[in-house]
Amino acid sequence: MRSARSPFSIRSARMVLPILVLILLGTAPLYASLYTLISLSNVFMYIVLTVSWAVFSGPSRYISLASAAFFGIGIYVSAILGNVLPFPMVVFIGGLLSFLVALFVGLSSLRLRGMYFTIFTFGLSELIRHSVHWWEVNMTGTVGRWVVAVDQKIVYYAMLIIVMMTVFVAYTMSRSRLGFALRGIGESEDAADHMGVNVNAVKIITFAVSTFFMGTAGAVMATRWTYIDPSIAFNPLFSFMPVLMAIFGGIAQIVGQIIGATALTVLADLLLTKFPYYYMLSYGVILVAVILFLPGGLMALQATMKSWHERSFVK
Amino acid sequence: MPILEGKSVVKYFGGLVAAAYVDFHVDQGEIVGLIGPNGAGKTTLFDLISGSLAPTSGSIEFKGEDITGLKPHEICRRGIARTFQLVKLFGNMTVLENVLFGSLFGESITSARSAAEKASSELLEFVGLSGMNRVLAKELSLANQKRLEIARAMATKAELLLLDEVMAGLNPAEVDKAVDLVKEIRHKGITVFMIEHVMKAIMGISDRIMVLHFGTKIAEGTPDEIARDKKVIEVYLGLEAHAES
Repeated sequence: MRSARSPFSIRSARMVLPILVLILLGTAPLYASLYTLISLSNVFMYIVLTVSWAVFSGPSRYISLASAAFFGIGIYVSAILGNVLPFPMVVFIGGLLSFLVALFVGLSSLRLRGMYFTIFTFGLSELIRHSVHWWEVNMTGTVGRWVVAVDQKIVYYAMLIIVMMTVFVAYTMSRSRLGFALRGIGESEDAADHMGVNVNAVKIITFAVSTFFMGTAGAVMATRWTYIDPSIAFNPLFSFMPVLMAIFGGIAQIVGQIIGATALTVLADLLLTKFPYYYMLSYGVILVAVILFLPGGLMALQATMKSWHERSFVK
Repeated sequence: MPILEGKSVVKYFGGLVAAAYVDFHVDQGEIVGLIGPNGAGKTTLFDLISGSLAPTSGSIEFKGEDITGLKPHEICRRGIARTFQLVKLFGNMTVLENVLFGSLFGESITSARSAAEKASSELLEFVGLSGMNRVLAKELSLANQKRLEIARAMATKAELLLLDEVMAGLNPAEVDKAVDLVKEIRHKGITVFMIEHVMKAIMGISDRIMVLHFGTKIAEGTPDEIARDKKVIEVYLGLEAHAES
């Protein structure tokens, strides 16, 4: 046990483990079943949504419930441009359009603080969903759309690349001046403002950047569903799940966010296939239990258990 | 030569007047005290100077440049930094990070991180918080939190500091130390404009004192003149202080 605790082996494990995981994931299409690949793409989707949501909402503490809006924008870009432009272009435009919409939304909404911001973003998401629905019914004549299908392996690799980009940007951001400023805003927006930070610019830029990845993920995932309509594309679950997953895993660290997204996606998959009748019930119980007993998420498991131990010891 | 000058500054909150045609000025290198009863508009005046609030009318100039209605971050970068009546630190950041924040964002010229870190450590030593770099700000005592706020404000390379009740809630020994700190800050060539209720302290260190009452300036002068001013004694200092002096 002593040797495992030495700083050298911890450091090397930290270096080696992600590389091993990446190699495994990168070669998965060579040996894994199609079912596994589809499940993994699903996990990737939630990792992208969770990590990119936390890029902005984690440090700033502005809880956004608009992820579904930006994810859905990507989906619709894919549905509309899928058979016009090459796949990578479609994905990029999906991200870009999300980014631009977020810039516009940011300019109009980031003056709102706390609960008002959260409600606004949720309302915005719903507004976009209903507007698209209205447009489709009154202008296009049909509610749904077909999306050009793309090979599952391409979907898998596209999602893997987006995950890597998202994690890279999230990590870089967290160590940058911009990330530092955003943390200051989360701690005390007034103080950050008075210390020379252009708080509105920082909030709007990071918010918009974070939505870029949601849009790209939407554009890729749409090709897998082949049929979409506004209630699929702008499903409010895509707004709530990233928040839950980040809290579940531990919002303060990117690793925690990834673990949260992975654990909840896999858990939902397992429960749905093994216990279809008790799926929602058991899922809910587990969520409630983790949030009640592990306020810092799965990442804080060790620390929380230690404090339990100490408490029982004192008694 | 005034470094800060306000001309007939007015601020209304609905029908309530928080600043009524207030003229004020702070000279380079001075320590100016701002006193008055609760609700007199002292913090509002600081909010107007630092950009938290925009005046209804009137103008504020800093180093001869009009800064009326600028945003707080713009005013900070021009060289005015402040502390808050109710401490507003970055509680979950370390002491060093708090000061680093001011240094990285508040200076008009962006400095390298290593230089900023060195300057921040020195500032922490200056305010008497050496050895606490890695402590979380929220874990400090109130007296130390106030010192940290001063260090963070100074880290922006401010030429003018607005100190809002940095001595409130401190015990007498801590007040004495805070008075020494303000004197040393002036020694560094930084101009100080401070709100204070601790009379002994403010009378002791101010070169000049301004008294506000219901948003109006009712007196201005040296501490001695203020202590003898009939109107000030009536509305603020009270008979006790009169008897003492």
